[in-house]
Amino acid sequence: MDPAAAKLIGAGLATLGMIGSGIGIGVIFSGFLQGATRNPSAAAGQFTNLILGAALTEALGILAFVLGLLILFS
Amino acid sequence: MADPMHQFEIHKIVDLPDITLPGIGTIDMAFTNSTLSITIAAVAIVAFMAIVTARPQVVPGRLQVVGEGVFSYIDNLAVGIIGHEGRKFFPFVLSIFLFVLVMNCMGLFLLFTATSQLAVTAALAAITILLVLAVGFARNGLGFFKLFVPSGVPIYMLILVTPIEVISFLLRPITLALRLFGNMLGGHVAMKVFAGFVVSLGALAAGGGLGWLGIPGAALSLSGVVALTALEMLVAFLQAFVFAVLACVYLNDVVNLGHHH
Repeated sequence: MDPAAAKLIGAGLATLGMIGSGIGIGVIFSGFLQGATRNPSAAAGQFTNLILGAALTEALGILAFVLGLLILFS
Repeated sequence: MADPMHQFEIHKIVDLPDITLPGIGTIDMAFTNSTLSITIAAVAIVAFMAIVTARPQVVPGRLQVVGEGVFSYIDNLAVGIIGHEGRKFFPFVLSIFLFVLVMNCMGLFLLFTATSQLAVTAALAAITILLVLAVGFARNGLGFFKLFVPSGVPIYMLILVTPIEVISFLLRPITLALRLFGNMLGGHVAMKVFAGFVVSLGALAAGGGLGWLGIPGAALSLSGVVALTALEMLVAFLQAFVFAVLACVYLNDVVNLGHHH
């Protein structure tokens, strides 16, 4: 296979890791909304935890994205 | 179509002589567009806070409300996560938050995005982690290593848990730097790609013939750019907030080591 083509395919495959991160963030926000609609008064206090969980999950997707960039541009 | 990575290129504005440090090597001290952007951000924050607090009034004006709002928002955040000792670390958290926020926002106002440079975000992450290490060792001494041995975990599980804790601690500065870098880079590349569609589809329409079909596509991409800009505004704030929250969480780990609250 042409090395340049293999590089592009590899970069594309590396970004597949973002699938898991996307599912994870969806689960976090769905959990938050379920809890928030049942007890709206407690929702405001959990905003920081919500963002924290989303950020930690998102970091893994970003790792996949950066890995893709590394493959593409190195 | 213009190269979407072109916006991240570093240009020298004023070329200063290189400095050679023993053991590290030659360092290029040139004043680049990245340095300029960082300098503008720092000056803007200091100037804004100075103007806001120059003539404080009991009934605050519009600008004073903004300044006090940011101040109390981060104060609540730091005290809420770290506890009553959070006041000590509040200046650091507020500086990091405002610095990252202003640098993120400047990227959206046609200036250079300093936070899309890995060197900048890595430096911010290194400062945060070095502070965490310094505070951890200063407060707990060698008890700092209890961080890797969670209380309440059975001895036989520690063989598994301790390496995971060590790895997750070592990954903290890396993820801290990469999260901000990746978000800014990805967002701005997506914006530039959609903006490039507008230009290339417009050129197609200008070519005449069936090319007029490009006009609806160009309009669609233009609305995409507008929507993405709005999203990037949210991301710019959210990433600054996330950086501040994570700095607080990491500091809380070492400040309240061993006793949860």
